[in-house]
Parts: sequence; C-alpha cells; structure tokens
Amino acid sequence: MAGNKRIMKELGEIQSNPPDGVSISLPSESDFNVWHATISGPSDSVYAGGNWKVEITLPKEYPFKPPQLSFKTKIYHPNVTNDERGAMCLGMLRADEWKPPNKIADVLKLVRAVMAAPQPEDAVETSIAEQFRNNRKEFDKIAKEWVNKHAK
Amino acid sequence: MPAAFVGDEAAEPVTKTPPSTRKRKLVDSITTSATSQPPATIELPKRKASKTTTASVHDANADAEQAALPATPQTLSSDKPMDSDDDLNSVASSGMLGEAMDDSSVDFDAADSDDDGLEDFQDDESAFESQPKDLRPAKKAFEVDFNVYSPGDIQHQQDRQVEEVATLLEQPAEQTAILLRFMSWNKERLIEQYMDNQEEVLDKAGLGANMSSNPPRLEAIDGFTCDICCEDEPGLQSFAMNCGHRFCVDCYRQYLGQKIREEGEAARIKCPGDGCNKVMDAKSLDLLVTSDLTDRYHELLMRTYVDDKENLKWCPAPNCVYAVECGVKRRDLTRTVPTVNCDCKHAFCFGCTLADHQPCPCALVRKWLKKCEDDSETANWISANTKECPKCGSTIEKNGGCNHMTCRKCRHEFCWMCMGLWSEHGTSWYNCNRFEEKSGTDARDAQASSRKSLERYLHYYNRYANHEQSAKLDKDIFHKTEKKMQLLQSSSGMSWIEVQFLEAASQALQQCRQTLKWTYAFAYYLARNNQTEIFEDNQKDLEMAVENLSEMFEKNTDQLAGLKVDMMDKTSYCMRRRVILLDDTAQRLKEEGWTFNVDLK
Repeated sequence: MAGNKRIMKELGEIQSNPPDGVSISLPSESDFNVWHATISGPSDSVYAGGNWKVEITLPKEYPFKPPQLSFKTKIYHPNVTNDERGAMCLGMLRADEWKPPNKIADVLKLVRAVMAAPQPEDAVETSIAEQFRNNRKEFDKIAKEWVNKHAK
Repeated sequence: MPAAFVGDEAAEPVTKTPPSTRKRKLVDSITTSATSQPPATIELPKRKASKTTTASVHDANADAEQAALPATPQTLSSDKPMDSDDDLNSVASSGMLGEAMDDSSVDFDAADSDDDGLEDFQDDESAFESQPKDLRPAKKAFEVDFNVYSPGDIQHQQDRQVEEVATLLEQPAEQTAILLRFMSWNKERLIEQYMDNQEEVLDKAGLGANMSSNPPRLEAIDGFTCDICCEDEPGLQSFAMNCGHRFCVDCYRQYLGQKIREEGEAARIKCPGDGCNKVMDAKSLDLLVTSDLTDRYHELLMRTYVDDKENLKWCPAPNCVYAVECGVKRRDLTRTVPTVNCDCKHAFCFGCTLADHQPCPCALVRKWLKKCEDDSETANWISANTKECPKCGSTIEKNGGCNHMTCRKCRHEFCWMCMGLWSEHGTSWYNCNRFEEKSGTDARDAQASSRKSLERYLHYYNRYANHEQSAKLDKDIFHKTEKKMQLLQSSSGMSWIEVQFLEAASQALQQCRQTLKWTYAFAYYLARNNQTEIFEDNQKDLEMAVENLSEMFEKNTDQLAGLKVDMMDKTSYCMRRRVILLDDTAQRLKEEGWTFNVDLK
C-alpha cells in the first residue's frame, strides 16, 4: 500500500539523481525491498579510495519503520558492528528517531557523513571508539589497512 | 479521590477506611494478637497500664532482652489529637496526589506518635475477626505509609491535576495535559517555568501558538501530495497540526498505530514531519486514533503518568493493575526499607520493586544478588580448593593424601602444606613442620584469606538459600494441608472458619522466612560490633520460633485439630519475633546506627 508507490518514487529519484559518492542497484528485479548501494569513501577521510557495498533492507512497514543497513564490505569504524552483519544504527536509523518522510537518500548522506566524521559517543564498537578518541594515529592506521585489504 | 478519603483534621474518617490501611491493619493484627482467647503461655502486657512500653509487642522472653536493648524512646503524647501525624503522612487524605509528598521526604520522626488509639485493641483483638474501624495499629519503625490505587483512581488523579493546572494557566485541558506530561507531572516546576517564559515552555512541549482558536480537523487540499506515501489523488483527506507538516490521513493513522501499538508510545508522540519535535496533542489524537487503538493509548498514558511520578509505582506482580503510592524517596533508601503491600496481596519494596526484602536495605540487596549470581564465587571456590603450582602457575587440585606434589605440567616438586620446595623437606616426609620459611608463607597467606572469605560467604549464603528453599517446602506442605483442612472439617466437626489457623500459620511462615532469608544477606555486610550481637540474637529467636512452627506443619492431619491452640500461639509468637527484629533493625537503620563493611550508597 503506502510503501510501494513511495519506494518506486524514491528508487526513480535516487537513480536519476544519486547522492555524492553513491550508486544504487537492485539485486533482484522482483524484490524492491532490498537495495544495494556502493559507497565511496569521503575524499578527506581515512576511507578515501575505498568502495563499500552496503545492503539496504526496507522492512515491510517502510516508511513507518527505518531501513536496515548492512555493510557487506568490512569497515573499521566505531559506528559499524565488526561482525558479519556490519550493522549501522544511529541518528535517523534508530526506530525512535526515524520519521516516515525521511528518504533512503537522506540515509545514504548520513552514512557518508558518519564515515567522514565517526561518532564515538554513539559507538557500537566501544574499543574502536576508545581508540578513535585516545589513539587516533593507531585508529587511522588500522582503518587504512582495512581499506586496502577489503575495500579495494 | 472519593470524598471518604479526605480525613478530618482531628477525627478519624469513620465512613470508609482506605483499602490499604485496612490491609495493613489486618497484617498488624496478625502480628500483634493471637486469638480471641489469649493463650496462656504468652502474656500480653496491658499497654494501658504503662504508657512507656518501649516496644508495643513483646513477651516474657523479650523482657529479658529489653533490659539488654537500649531503650527505644517512643513519644506517646495523650494530649495530642489522635492521628494528626497520620493525616500528615497519608497523602491519600488530601486527595491531591503529589502535592503533599512531592517536596517532603518521609517523616521519619513522626511515625510513632499515633499509638493512643490501640491500647485496648492489643488485648482483645482477634486476627480472624474484622477490625473495628476506629482502631488503628501503631506504625512501627519498619512500616511506611502507602496507598494502593486502582486504574480508575489514577485516571481521576490525572484529571484532577489537569483541571487544576488548566485553570491556573488558562489553557485548555488537552494542552495542559501535554504540558504536565512534558514536565513529568511536576506541577510546581511547570507553573514556575510557564509564568517565567510562557512561549518557551509551550514551544518546548511541542505546542507552539494557541490551538483553541483553530481546532484540529481533516482537510482535502488541492494539489497536495503526501510526503510519506506519495499519493496525490484529488480529494485526499489530510491532516496537519499547526506546525504545518501535512500528511494523508492513512499515513498519519499508520504512523500512530506503529507508535502506539509497537513502540508503546503515547504521551510524547511527535509530529511525523522530518525533524519536527512538536508533540501530538490529545485533541489531534482523538481525531486520528482509530477506535481499536484508543484502549491501548489510554493505558499507555496512564503508564507514563505512574512512571513519571516518583511517589507512584506499579505493583510488579503479574497481571496486577494497581499502583502504589509512597512518599519514600531514593535518597531515603539508606535509612529505610519501604515495604508496601498491594491490594493483590503482593508485598514489595517501593524502593527497588523487588519482593519484600526487609530488613536488608536495597543497596545491600543489589550487592548480594549480584554476588550470588556472580561467577566470582566460582573463582573463589577454585582459589579455596585448589593451589597454583609455585613454579608454572598451573591450577592443581589435590586428589590424594600425600603432601608431596609433583606438577604434572612442569614436574616441579613441592609440599602441598607449605608450598615450599620438596627438596628442602629433607626426610620429614609426611610431616610439614617448616612453618616460618619464606618460600611458603606468601602462598599460604593468600590461600588462607581467600578460604576464609569464601567460608564466610558460604555461611550466610547457605542460610539465605535454605530459608528460600524452606519457604517453598512450607508452601507445598500447606497446599497439601489445605486439602486436609477439608477433611479436618468433616472429621472433627470444625467449621471452615475454625480451620483457618492453618492458613494463618502458613502465611506467617512464608513471611518470617522471607524476613529471615534477608537477615542473612544483611548480616553478611554487617561489620562486627555489639549491635551485631543483638541482631543475631533477634535472628536466632525468630529462627527458632519459625522452625518450631514449621515442624508442627509436618504432623498428621488427625493430630492437627488437637494442636490448634498451640499452633496459633506459635504463629503469633513468630510474627511478634519478626516485628521485634524488623522494628529494632529499622529503628537503627533510621538512626544510621549500623556499621556495614560496604558502602550503602
């Protein structure tokens, strides 16, 4: 119902006018609820030069519930879980902050902004967050290593 | 509150006693009285004769103890109007919840002064007879004032407060309700801030400009496209609050359904508009919330009200709908253990909502439960029952009698007793007499202190766990006995009411064991001094009383009828020992007279 027209419209908009550093594809012609995004690392960040595959799953209640994000390419980042899910959950991606008019494009912009500026106070990986805060050099080093190892 | 709750200044409200008070009375009557014919073995002192009785309940045994106990002064002023303190303490009497209690902590010192009414009642009260309404038991040091409210009462309180504040602020009731919820029902703070800066308060609460001139309604606007579903057909019904974020009715309703049903939100649902913090007001919600959601919605509003109020808590018992009001604050919890009794019969701590844990303060309960759960005790066991190889550090458990240990891993040879090198032992094979040698003393010291602390913990834990277990067994036996009670009725020709002593005994056992259980957690954290001994004496007396009663429960049904009087005596004795223990402990806690070996904060 509400979802379909909305999703089609968003998909059309995002494909004709994608946010900076993002491209979108649909892995399956018949399922409009799973999107694949390829996100390039912001140029002034430690992630510059890398490309990350991110799976976006739209719940059946979408847009009344937020989409779920999963990094399919590993990333060393305090706000992304360091497991096979590679989940990110902050800001508008949280159920209590999500508002139905929010768009996938907004979400992708947020993801890039968080890649450029991690938010250690909202971290899911506390040890990475601690390192980010207290030992930035080491953090940068590992993050770049991961970019070279996984995201190229 | 019904008018009957409003107490007259000096006179006892005769028309109706709040249910909670009635219940407390009943509990107390069990604690303070035995039967309609006071048993011969226990003498109840006539309170009328001596106004200076230190503890309102005591028996021959307690007299001796009283000599040892520091006297607990009790102000019994007969010229004081009866119950004046009670009126102060009981918020219910004002009917305006929150006002009387919000700013004052529980009045610790006023607790004892309303005793005058119960002198006669002590002597001839029966636990199985209904209480005369004009008699009220004295409040003990371990008791707190509380009231039990039904959902209807709570709704009524909310309405009343909204109404009152609405008149003051000259705002419609819906807006006032939002403002109050926004301020977590703190009337004073709301009024103050509102008078200070009306615009800001309205804005922060998500109300913005006045709504009364422009009530919420659905509209069909030409050229409107819903930003959520992207529908744009002509005539599409849409809604916006005065923040201007307009969405179609279907999307609005689905949004609210999501919030109310799945996220359990009610009082602080925001406008669906991106980044908009405007809280949805009751009128708009009334317009949009579909009938299948209204019940849930109002239930949630009620929940927030109780959750917001520091002096209200939901009874944690499963399926219980009551809320309990009590004036004890978080900061008081180091000096009092506020057990309240819900109308559903569940006794719980108002401070932490766990089941009644008197006499142990909340902070110690938390520490204790954590300790019992903690794996650190496993570690403690290991360190008490095993030793580390002095060379490679492998954990070794001794499995034979010989003290000559050879580490299986590094082949190091040492003496289990002194932990020193075996080669230094010379020929004294089975006798370790090298007590002062350095190579072994450090290892031994660490070992000994760990073992000692484990033993101490286990001492208290075993007793704690035992009472918990015994309470369950007592209950099982009672359930069996309950069936026998019916047999007893037919075989002995006793009436239903006459076999109720079994139920009373069972309840007493449950309650006393619950208390005893927590005395052990309490004692574990108690630093040893003179007071500990008094405490332990009280504990011992209660324990003996409980075990005596518990034993009677195991008798055959045919013997039970003959034991009735004895059982009733023992029941009342148990309850009195419990009161003595709790009263003394609570009194000292209030005076901050206990020394604990941990921080209570």
